[in-house]
Amino acid sequence: MDIKKLKMITPCSWEARGAKLFGSAPLIAEMDEKVLEQIANVAGLPGLVGQAMTMPDAHWGYGFPIGGVAAFDAGEGGIISAGGVGFDISCGIRCMRTNLDLKDIEPVTKNLADALYRNIPAGVGEEGSIRLSVSELDEVMLGGAKWAVESGYGTAQDLEYVEERGKIAGAVPESVSMHAKHRQLGEMGTLGSGNHYLEIQVVDRIFDAEAAKAYGLEIGKLLVSIHCGSRGLGHQIGTDYLVFLAKAARRLGITLPDRELACAPINSPEGQQYLGAMHAAINVALANRQILAHLTRQTFSRILPGSVLETLFDVSHNTCKIEKHRVEGRERILHIHRKGATRAFPPHHPDLPERYRAVGQPVIIGGSMGTGSYIFAGNAGNPAFASASHGAGRAMSRNQALKRWNGRELINMLAGQGILIRTRSMRGAAEEAPGAYKDVDRVAEDTECANLARRVAHLSPKICVKG
Amino acid sequence: MGEFGYFEHDADIGIAGFGKTIEEAFVSAAQALFSIQSDLSEIRPTRKVSVAFSEEDIEYALVTWLNRLVFEAQSEKLAFSVFSLKRQGNLWEGEAEGEPWNDAMTRGVEVKGATLTGLSVKKDGEKWEARCIVDV
Repeated sequence: MDIKKLKMITPCSWEARGAKLFGSAPLIAEMDEKVLEQIANVAGLPGLVGQAMTMPDAHWGYGFPIGGVAAFDAGEGGIISAGGVGFDISCGIRCMRTNLDLKDIEPVTKNLADALYRNIPAGVGEEGSIRLSVSELDEVMLGGAKWAVESGYGTAQDLEYVEERGKIAGAVPESVSMHAKHRQLGEMGTLGSGNHYLEIQVVDRIFDAEAAKAYGLEIGKLLVSIHCGSRGLGHQIGTDYLVFLAKAARRLGITLPDRELACAPINSPEGQQYLGAMHAAINVALANRQILAHLTRQTFSRILPGSVLETLFDVSHNTCKIEKHRVEGRERILHIHRKGATRAFPPHHPDLPERYRAVGQPVIIGGSMGTGSYIFAGNAGNPAFASASHGAGRAMSRNQALKRWNGRELINMLAGQGILIRTRSMRGAAEEAPGAYKDVDRVAEDTECANLARRVAHLSPKICVKG
Repeated sequence: MGEFGYFEHDADIGIAGFGKTIEEAFVSAAQALFSIQSDLSEIRPTRKVSVAFSEEDIEYALVTWLNRLVFEAQSEKLAFSVFSLKRQGNLWEGEAEGEPWNDAMTRGVEVKGATLTGLSVKKDGEKWEARCIVDV
């Protein structure tokens, strides 16, 4: 991106065309010009409150850029956009801390990697072991992770540390097509493909001792992170509503610079219908990660009896949520679109679990399979409607990555660095090469520099199951 | 096998199908999409599914065609390799053939859906081109 087109506000925030871009000059300069084009399009949507924004890990998406944040006020004609949430509704990360050190798994690392690979269905064409009926799926859409716990997958304590306490209100299964429901019947408890993963990580750096203590993080301890979303149901809701809302926008006289911004006024029947379906998908994603957490615990307990895996936090990064925010001194109820951006509530926010209330919400930033990830904490004074980065962000297209790397060679190279990869897809491994992503350390520094959140701990990967 | 290719997109994958007719270009686009998930030459056409839909806008028709195939493949856990499509006015009727996934098949990456971004269906000289970005 030509940085000369932007006005520098601080060393880590820039403005242009009604939008604000967070990140230092080098990271912004590496972004594709289309990031600015896409966020400027978002800035022109009806009922926007404040500015449309991009996070430091932003990259060219469809409709919204990945890493895009935008707030809309229903009372001022604000819209809800399927393109502002994406296909993988409520994709996010469940992070669990363990009572294990690296030395505890060293004798069984290969066994553990193989067992996780066998027990966690991952990749295209794989089915879960749970087969639901349509009426049971309706219960999942209403009950979320709470449904999963009540069905025997996990503990009530998990729910304390899942956004919305595991279940978002406002889900309307009747707004979800039969196609979407049928696509999900064999998909519960599956990881998916692409950038989804289950990773065993070790805490190797602590930046904020107080927050690390509250989160239960210690140097040398192992964590488990699960990155996935609402699977086939969410994908089909995205598919159904993109065309439905694109046509609705045309009918309602909303001029869209890009059809993928497909939207309708929040207070329209079409907008409410999408909201009900999207909330149903959020609950399915929360239930799915809850089941995967349970399957992971089962695998650990077989290989490492006595192991304890506690949910640190579960947070989504592809959502539109109804939240209270103070804007220019006035409290307002806003619909916050976060597409590839993580919610980051500050200390003392009433929705936080008591354990984290003094330090802020855990914000999980997943990096690539070879470099590392971060745990952040939400800050007071966040300038982006309590939002932060969600990952390293792609720096290179999948096609370019495929030309540059060979999946098998990459897996062997990572094994040489002590990182075990388990996947059925050599293509997927090549596309997800660490070199295809931005420098996650730079993203982390810029996230902190922009006061979006503060670093708490760095995690290095040890085992990664990829879809 | 029809003529198809890919174009660049940072997060996902652009697909392009070509043909002498719109229907041929749509079939080629389907081959491009399903080649992301598997190696089509390994898939035997032992199961057949039919899709039919009504759409007057040819660009929305491309997205609907691809997304109906993605739905059929995922809900039935099938890998597709052979496609055909007929059009009568606004009515589109197609078929896809393939087989259930098995361990011997090459696994690519799952396509979540065809998007409206980079979407176009146009004639360039004697050839139709149908393109869009698919989310993976």
